[in-house]
Amino acid sequence: MSSIGTGYDLSVTTFSPDGRVFQIEYAAKAVDNSGTVVGIKCKDGIGVEKLIASKMMLPGSNRRIHSVHRHAGMAVAGLAADGRQIVARAKSEARSYESVYGDAVPVKELSERVASYVHLCTLYWWLRPFGCGVILGGYDRDGPQLYMIEPSGISYRYFGAAIGKGKQAAKTEIEKLNLTEMTCKEGVIEVAKIIYKLHDEAKDKAFELEMSWICEESKREHQKVPDDLLEEAKTAAKTALEEMDAD
Amino acid sequence: MTFTIPIENGNGVKDAEADSQRTLYPYVTGTSVVAIKYKDGILMASDMGGSYGSTLRYKNIERVKAIGKHSLLGASGEISDFQEILRYLDELILNDNMWADGNSLGPKEVHNYLTRVMYNRRNKFNPLWNTLVLGGVKNGEKYLGMVSMIGVSFEDNHVATGFGNHLARPILRDEWHEDLSFEDGVKLLEKCMRVLLYRDRSAINKLQISKMTEEGLTVYEPYSLKTFWEFSAFTNPTVGAEGSW
Repeated sequence: MSSIGTGYDLSVTTFSPDGRVFQIEYAAKAVDNSGTVVGIKCKDGIGVEKLIASKMMLPGSNRRIHSVHRHAGMAVAGLAADGRQIVARAKSEARSYESVYGDAVPVKELSERVASYVHLCTLYWWLRPFGCGVILGGYDRDGPQLYMIEPSGISYRYFGAAIGKGKQAAKTEIEKLNLTEMTCKEGVIEVAKIIYKLHDEAKDKAFELEMSWICEESKREHQKVPDDLLEEAKTAAKTALEEMDAD
Repeated sequence: MTFTIPIENGNGVKDAEADSQRTLYPYVTGTSVVAIKYKDGILMASDMGGSYGSTLRYKNIERVKAIGKHSLLGASGEISDFQEILRYLDELILNDNMWADGNSLGPKEVHNYLTRVMYNRRNKFNPLWNTLVLGGVKNGEKYLGMVSMIGVSFEDNHVATGFGNHLARPILRDEWHEDLSFEDGVKLLEKCMRVLLYRDRSAINKLQISKMTEEGLTVYEPYSLKTFWEFSAFTNPTVGAEGSW
């Protein structure tokens, strides 16, 4: 989809004649060019995953999943430095909510605050929009929830969401899953399978799978998926790929 | 008696609200905390009372709390300041957890942090009116230390705050030894707490013992000590001093 916004795309405070703000759309392109992030809400938790392409980097560095509070976590796609800023803001909002209201911030409230912050940066000509999208997963009194915040500042609640390179294919795969019946353990394996499947055709060399969850098993706290389960997921994903290739 | 010191902000002007922010005297206070190292870790005991001057106003205050995975914090002194310290530590531990790097703050680090906080507050003439006991186990190493409201801090095998310093520590100096078993440790702590119960007017007979080992924290249910008041000296207290009461 290439639409040239000649003249109307120079500033985020300019509308085009057909009512679009091109700078925001360009920011979204920055997200689309980054590694895929997939998040799903299973019966009792969220699995968020992402992939990175690097050669000399130490595995485990350049983390793209961050804890925002005990009960919530965020995965970032797009410009990593912009993502860091959003995570910092989300942490600060969560902390201030707890300090004022004495209880952990509800996920909906947190996503609204983050979305409003992202939107803020699309209102002034001297600020550029964030070049990253965020998938936010959390567990509060209403159970597990998944939200996605785009560079335009919109945020919606999802059963399953994907951003980044393979997002179209990822969304198709997610729709095939029966999320209402899936436990988080099964969800972790399914997400790994999706990522491995998508990566296959990508032109990137290597990637690293980073997964986190927040469910009953993790005591409703956001944490990295335990190593043994992660290994199990990776093996299952690789076998699934081989079975597909064998056909 | 209000002892005021002019506090000046950067412009050399006295800040009108500065005086009202400084702690002058404590209001709701907890009495002694006693803690010892034993074979598997740390044992800490305190009663559950909060005194409002000479009134024993609150009888269900937990004065020993867990900090992160490895430490126990016990406090005597102003309860509201203790709650404030718990808020600081909660933020400290949360930020540490969010790194998710496989490390966690141990008792030595928390003790150091608390020492800095207490000392810096004291230097601003606005102390947190507490004496804190910080104990824990990390990687098999036991740690037990204390920080006072003026920032004096040290480690030892057994510590006590308030009256405990005068009544419990002599007992501990005589009877504490390395590698106490859990039962012996509890017996020793109970001995100290019983003396405090008899002699400290702000102590109540409802104590709580907490244990920190490598495996984690256990907080035991509150219970009461058996006391004996039929000592002959108690039955006839004024014998030998007629006219006294």
